[in-house]
Amino acid sequence: MRFSEPFEQRFQEMASHYPTRRSLLVPTLLYAQDEVGFLSDEVVAEIARRVELTELEVRNVISYYSMLTTQPRGKYNVQVCTNIACLLMGGEEILDRCRLKLGIREKETTPDGLFSLEEVECMGACCWAPAVQVNYDFHEHLTPQKMDQILDQYTKKGTERRR
Amino acid sequence: MADVNLTIDGKKVTAPAGTLLIEAAKSAGIEVPSFCYYPNLSLQGACRMCLVKIEKMPKLQTACTTVISEGMMVTTDSDEVRQARKGMIELLLGNHPLDCPVCDAGGECELQDMTFSYGAAESRFIDVKNHRDEQQWSPVVYFDRPRCILCYRCVRVCGEGMDVWALGVQHRGVSSTIVPNQEDHLECEECGMCIDICPVGALTSGAYRYKTRPWEMKHVGTTCTHCADGCKTTLGVRRCSTGTELVRGDNRDKSGINGDFLCIKGRYGFDFAHHEDRLHQPLIRRNGRLTPCTWEEAFQLTGERLRQIRDREGGDAIAVIGSTRTTNEENYLLQKFARTVLGTNHIDHHRTADYPALVAALAGHPKLTASMRELFEAPAMLLIGNDPTRQHPLLAWQIRNNVRLHRARLYLVNAQPIKLRRQASSFFAIPAGREAEVAAFLAGQDSAVAAIASETSPEAWIRWRDQLRREPKLVVMFGSEIRGDAVASLIKFAADLPEAKLICLGDYANSRGAADMGLYPDLLPGYHPVTEVGEFHKDWGGVPEKPGLSLRQMAEHAQAGKLKALYVVGANPVEELGLDPFVFSQSFVVVEDLFLTETAAIADVVLPAANAYEKSGTFTNTCGDLQLVKKAGEVTGTKSDFEIIVRIADAMGVAVRKLVPFGRGSRADMGQSRGAQSGEADRHSVWLEARGLEPKMSPFDPMAILDEIQRLVPGYDVSRLHLLAGMDQHTSLSGSGPGTKHDPSAIMPARDDLFSSGTLGRYCRTLNAVLENGHKLAAEEEVAAE
Repeated sequence: MRFSEPFEQRFQEMASHYPTRRSLLVPTLLYAQDEVGFLSDEVVAEIARRVELTELEVRNVISYYSMLTTQPRGKYNVQVCTNIACLLMGGEEILDRCRLKLGIREKETTPDGLFSLEEVECMGACCWAPAVQVNYDFHEHLTPQKMDQILDQYTKKGTERRR
Repeated sequence: MADVNLTIDGKKVTAPAGTLLIEAAKSAGIEVPSFCYYPNLSLQGACRMCLVKIEKMPKLQTACTTVISEGMMVTTDSDEVRQARKGMIELLLGNHPLDCPVCDAGGECELQDMTFSYGAAESRFIDVKNHRDEQQWSPVVYFDRPRCILCYRCVRVCGEGMDVWALGVQHRGVSSTIVPNQEDHLECEECGMCIDICPVGALTSGAYRYKTRPWEMKHVGTTCTHCADGCKTTLGVRRCSTGTELVRGDNRDKSGINGDFLCIKGRYGFDFAHHEDRLHQPLIRRNGRLTPCTWEEAFQLTGERLRQIRDREGGDAIAVIGSTRTTNEENYLLQKFARTVLGTNHIDHHRTADYPALVAALAGHPKLTASMRELFEAPAMLLIGNDPTRQHPLLAWQIRNNVRLHRARLYLVNAQPIKLRRQASSFFAIPAGREAEVAAFLAGQDSAVAAIASETSPEAWIRWRDQLRREPKLVVMFGSEIRGDAVASLIKFAADLPEAKLICLGDYANSRGAADMGLYPDLLPGYHPVTEVGEFHKDWGGVPEKPGLSLRQMAEHAQAGKLKALYVVGANPVEELGLDPFVFSQSFVVVEDLFLTETAAIADVVLPAANAYEKSGTFTNTCGDLQLVKKAGEVTGTKSDFEIIVRIADAMGVAVRKLVPFGRGSRADMGQSRGAQSGEADRHSVWLEARGLEPKMSPFDPMAILDEIQRLVPGYDVSRLHLLAGMDQHTSLSGSGPGTKHDPSAIMPARDDLFSSGTLGRYCRTLNAVLENGHKLAAEEEVAAE
């Protein structure tokens, strides 16, 4: 199992920040997921080796955090907030719109592998509710129409790159 | 540490600083309930049952994580506290199936007890319960998820206690669940600690589940019959059509040297007792075939033939092979029978450790042996050879937890990267078979370093030795790799340290007892040479003074046609030691065993014996700790080896009282040792004594022989009261005879693993199921890899 050079550099640097090896676990998982797309068995085994934990312990931590996944996701992970502020401002409608538009339910991925959908808890964007996070990008003050446009943009971006 | 004063429920309590509130309360006799708290495991604070009121603290506090401080005012029982606990139970029961009537834990369930104490039997929850089917994680471990209350005890005991880390918790909040390390099954040491520690019935054992209820059993605490560590196992017994059945093994009685610990063999390795191949009738060879007969016929034939052979050919034509799983009393009786009745010193057993060399080297250093309990407290430990995790599970537990809880230093020297290296402060790998050189090097022979310094430099070895020499209290443990002169070297090293102690590792439950009781051709009990005329000669009225034949020599003697009779008690030398069965075709062979073993198959008379769980007596573990063996089960048609030996002697026309000093004047057992039957025996003796009658003491009572052992065998004069009370006592080797130097090749390690246990292990269904499951999984993995 090999990671990219920047990953390795970051890992080396992080290792010096923590008093114990196991403290490296959560950031390492996150960076590995960003790089590989999801936490495959191979990634889990490698990270367990590096932070000196059993694979089981690594899996325990992964299962605790909803942002970590052991299943492949779409290229764009659409995370719709339905917590209190977003709920009041129409978060549910945004979620419904995404379901309709993408033809998938939560935790599912479109057949072309472009999108996956997730309903999430508060992501700290209450002032600009309702909000959606696609990978690491925020989209705020949404309406169903705006959501359509955003998804269209991503579809375009995703299919262009592929060509 | 300095003491701290506090008040709990109006009681003044003083405890050392750093004590947890829950422990301080316990020391004052105040029970604070808890599920997740468990002594010697890390703190969890998960169950919130131990909430108490502490003055000046705004909210209720968890007693299991609060450290006591000066002047603390604590209330453990008030309306507020009771209400909080009731609320916790109501939440716990929210998704609990309440299937107590079919649950294994019903009757000994902590959740059940708490529900009764706090009266949370009514629930305000009306939601549908979230049911999950039970899962089988291994042949012995089953998981019922809805019953789980997430106390994490199993996770911690598996990781911290066993260093296996096979259990974890996945997901979060209400979806949290205990998971095994291989997604749907466990890959672990199958010790069953998780099951025993589970406060509810979420983890249950394949060996016991749905068999009975706790209150239908009698519980007998006895010593395990498998490895040489001598754990106390509590056997749950129940009446059945063929006697008394063993239904369960666990360690609910934590008073043993093993405390919380038991391995798979101690917990589930009792089922050989009810194996379908168990012999229930004596067999006599008639027209070349072993055919069932009565006990009378068997005794008569055996007694008559042995007497004829002895009278015609002399004792030299008879040999005896003893057992490493029979009690001290039986071993002592057997060698006394061989020497005084059969008139032979041809007696031996399957030797797995060089105890005579230990005794020889210990001369002049009387207090140099460590007990199993002392090991747990030792600040430093040195282990040369052996793999305790596999061969001595309790020893490994003591070492591991001594390192974890007391920060002891562990020095390891091994040819294999054994698992205990994870606890070691230093691990030195050596080439296989060079353990003796390590001993020589430790004793000061610097030239030996060349043979062992393959992976570690000679300088590092010297630094290591200097460090060891500075250890004030070192316990030195060594396996069968160290024999003969190497034992002497190690003792030379240890004797120069201020307070070093030793543990010599043998392999079977009573390997040490067999050695101590003189199952040697040249040594009497207590390692006195047969050539040295002493107390035994006087007491028994004569012992043949010529050393007898060892096991190998017996076979040669038989081949030469000079061995006319062979008497084997609880041993299987044909299978375990590879003795050629055909050399005994000219001898009259008598075998006592549980099964028709490879050795029994060549016998002329086979006598079905009771096993260690079906009789009373004592075992000595490999450290020298003497413990009581209590009768738990009973299988119709079998007899204890003790009774069989006495009956054979009787059939030979011997005055049995000379062999077993029973009757008036002896301090024989009144039934204290008879386990499940003790109640009846005790009442009987009380009734007799009340009428001024002499209790009827039996020639089959092992305690009569124990009298003689305690009188004549050095080190065994321990308190009888403590012994009968079920406590372990260390027998020191001081005062023993001079021991001797044996041919090191006579030692044959048992090579047992975690899931095997010699001939006995082959008849253990649970052990075999675990082994088969392991093979199955390995095969599946291979297919998947292809």
